[in-house]
Amino acid sequence: MCDSCGCATTSHHHQVAAAGGAVRPGAVERTSIDLVTRLLRENDHVAAHNRQHFDRYGVLAVNLMSSPGSGKTSLLETTIEALGDKLRIAVIEGDLETENDARRIRAKGVPAVQIMTGQTCHLDAAMVHDALHAFDLASLDLLFIENVGNLVCPASFDLGQHANVTLLSVTEGDDKPAKYPVMFRAADLVLLSKSDLLAVLDDFDPAAAESHLRALANAAPVMSVSARRRETLAPWLAWLQTQLATRRGEPAVRSRAPVRHAGV
Amino acid sequence: MHELALCQGLLAEVARVATAHRAAAVTRILVAVGPLSGVEAALLDRAFSVARAGTLANEATLEIEAAPIRVHCANCGAESEATVNDLRCAACGDWRVRLLGGDELLLKRVELAVTADDERNAEPAAGAGNGGVAAMSIR
Repeated sequence: MCDSCGCATTSHHHQVAAAGGAVRPGAVERTSIDLVTRLLRENDHVAAHNRQHFDRYGVLAVNLMSSPGSGKTSLLETTIEALGDKLRIAVIEGDLETENDARRIRAKGVPAVQIMTGQTCHLDAAMVHDALHAFDLASLDLLFIENVGNLVCPASFDLGQHANVTLLSVTEGDDKPAKYPVMFRAADLVLLSKSDLLAVLDDFDPAAAESHLRALANAAPVMSVSARRRETLAPWLAWLQTQLATRRGEPAVRSRAPVRHAGV
Repeated sequence: MHELALCQGLLAEVARVATAHRAAAVTRILVAVGPLSGVEAALLDRAFSVARAGTLANEATLEIEAAPIRVHCANCGAESEATVNDLRCAACGDWRVRLLGGDELLLKRVELAVTADDERNAEPAAGAGNGGVAAMSIR
């Protein structure tokens, strides 16, 4: 067992209930097996498989995560308008119900698959794998995976993405990184969305949000963006293009799980 | 929440171990859950009591080991304990630290009841060979 996945450190077997030294037929022995296996090993395996697909075709896969209503779909709409004639983009949408978001994306002339998760609070690697069958990866540059709006569960599941982008809208609290540390620790980029509202909100301090992020030992860049002010998107668009260029220049660069794992 | 999905992953791993050892039942499972794993121990425990039904682990107890958050500071080299939303170095306050532990989500030990039977080879133990989560329980 332990050899098959290569993840075991030790395997001790000892009988605690063998009578009189000799094992009697029919007697129940107790066996204890020590191992070190990630509980999400199966999901990790499928995620690695997804990542191989993306790498084979040079597709950059970006996982977008945030609370519901922080502007993921609006950001994607404006991003498609800005980059659609330079890059071939596709989107996987995750929601509990409705095809609304996929329709909005398709209206921008980009292929989109809607995953309806029902009662499931996150996307997992297998859902993304199934959705990938709808696309011809060879004809794509950039795949966005818009996760279910939720600052908790999506952080635990690797989908095979190359980068996690976490949105924090300025209508939320600037202490969200402190309240949802697992999510914000996993972010490779944090976008402070709806930043056009900063002018009328006096209780969101971008510097405070950034310092909460740094307290999580996360060096990810923080950018203020507004889907309604196209000019604010320039750093985000440049970041995407740099990520894509880096990925294509170095096909074997690190693959990242959504959470930085310490030990194993 | 996602604890139920995690339990299904846990039980699939446990079933692999139990099947490989031709176990009649799983008696105890030990997992390590760090505060930064994104998993709530109490919810995992509750989800386990639902998810184990109809598996070889039907009667198993789940023990959840809490793992401390420990960091190594890139600035001063100190190792210290940290809290879930403040990983900064306890010695110098620098945020450029590397996590040493605290995000674990690991299956660490499985205890099995194995029937010692000379005819085991002729009649494989219950659960062996069905590949997935064993569908029977021994009471």
